[in-house]
Amino acid sequence: MKSPAERLRRINWPGWVALGAVLVAWEVSARSEPGFGSYLPRASEIIPSLFRLIVSGELTIHLLASLGRFVAGYTIAAFIAVTLGIVLGYFRILHSFLHTLIEFLRPMPSVAIIPVALLLLGIGDSMIVAVTVYASVWPILVNTIDGVRAVDPLLVQTGRTFGLGRWRILRRIVLPAASPYVVTGLRISLAIALILVTTAEMIAGSRGLGFFILDEERSLRIGHMYAGVVLVAVLGYLLNRTFLALEARTMKWRHGMRAREAV
Amino acid sequence: MSILEVQQLAKSYRQMGGAVTDAIGGISCRVEPGEFVSFVGPSGCGKTTLLMCIAGLMAPTSGRVLVHGAEVKGPPSNLVLVFQEFNRSLFAWRSVLENVLFGLEARGDASRRAESRARSLIELVGLKGFERHHPWELSGGMQQRVAIARALAYEPEVLLMDEPFGSLDALTRLELEDILLKLWQQLGTTILFITHDIEEAIYLSDRIWILSGRPSRVIDELQVDFSRPRDQITTRGNARFMELRNAIYRRISNEIAG
Repeated sequence: MKSPAERLRRINWPGWVALGAVLVAWEVSARSEPGFGSYLPRASEIIPSLFRLIVSGELTIHLLASLGRFVAGYTIAAFIAVTLGIVLGYFRILHSFLHTLIEFLRPMPSVAIIPVALLLLGIGDSMIVAVTVYASVWPILVNTIDGVRAVDPLLVQTGRTFGLGRWRILRRIVLPAASPYVVTGLRISLAIALILVTTAEMIAGSRGLGFFILDEERSLRIGHMYAGVVLVAVLGYLLNRTFLALEARTMKWRHGMRAREAV
Repeated sequence: MSILEVQQLAKSYRQMGGAVTDAIGGISCRVEPGEFVSFVGPSGCGKTTLLMCIAGLMAPTSGRVLVHGAEVKGPPSNLVLVFQEFNRSLFAWRSVLENVLFGLEARGDASRRAESRARSLIELVGLKGFERHHPWELSGGMQQRVAIARALAYEPEVLLMDEPFGSLDALTRLELEDILLKLWQQLGTTILFITHDIEEAIYLSDRIWILSGRPSRVIDELQVDFSRPRDQITTRGNARFMELRNAIYRRISNEIAG
């Protein structure tokens, strides 16, 4: 366990100071020109208004709606992309078949698929989850394929000399050896999933943080709009931190190895 | 019956450009249970290809390999190959103990006995206290000890070793040779060893096959009858050791000169 002193030392103080400085600059500029008020409320107003919105429960339903779509989309994407990535990484022929298709679809900005999804699925959760899945699949898929293909053939030979068949080599050697790549893909998609949930909600939601932000803006409740923006930012930050904490725990060997290589 | 028999084994493969390379041009040999035998040859003579074929990791172009009289079609269950590149063949995500346990798990043995066997092998190769370290925290010599312990924990009847000490420094090399000999005598495993180091082959082996350049063939077979246990100073200091070394060296350099 880390001691409280150790925890304090690990905090990135300069980073927090810079964030504080931006908030102060915001506050000062909002105060210096009262005319700004309608576009740029003071930072000191937004935080309390965010707090009130959460306490009153008004934001909670939007937060829960967004979180639910995020978790559903991200989980489905992870499952599909990791499975497909392993299969495509393992079987060269299949990869040759699908490679061009993947390279064609992958660079397309995923938000461009939203109108298509609207057309096919209509307005609702399934459409939002579908576009989130679509966008989140690519980084995980491509990284998993790369990871499986990058597994040192000597590790596979080692498995074979110990009498392992294809399936056990996959489970005991290929998967762990490729896991750092998979994790990289999962981390990239974490941010992408949040972007797609928010964007799709702005276009086709009656609930959710994206909907809330746009709706408050249209109703000229600018303070509430900013509160929504801040909440999405905090959400993204927390999701990333949680991910990093989980990664540090499961991929300890990888971090140790990299630290070693850097020396 | 010989524990291992290689009959007229030949291997050619097609290179990137389409040209066919003949790596092995027909090798035959027999290994008796409990023997320590070596192949020595100039570098690039197809030694690794030969071991891959014997280990069932590569199919020969012609000829065959028999283990206990049965033809090898895939990796045989009673035979393990130790690679030269220990840094690539160890599992970075597993600790030393978990690496050594790998072969036992592969056999489906996750018992307490398996773990105590793994621990005792770790101790025998001199890594006691490093069980929980990861391979990348260890030096090259220590990594190869892990690979040897992992192979022996599997209890193979035949251990194939592809220049296992080739990339180690001279002192570590001598130390590992003695550890290997000690384990070989203790466990009774048959060892087939490949090296380009003539003295290493003499020091370790009961018999040595000298290989020609590509496509490789056996050009000579030598019996090494120094008493055991051998000793780095007295065995290597023996006048006959030098004679043998020179004879093999002459044979190989003639071969290279063609």
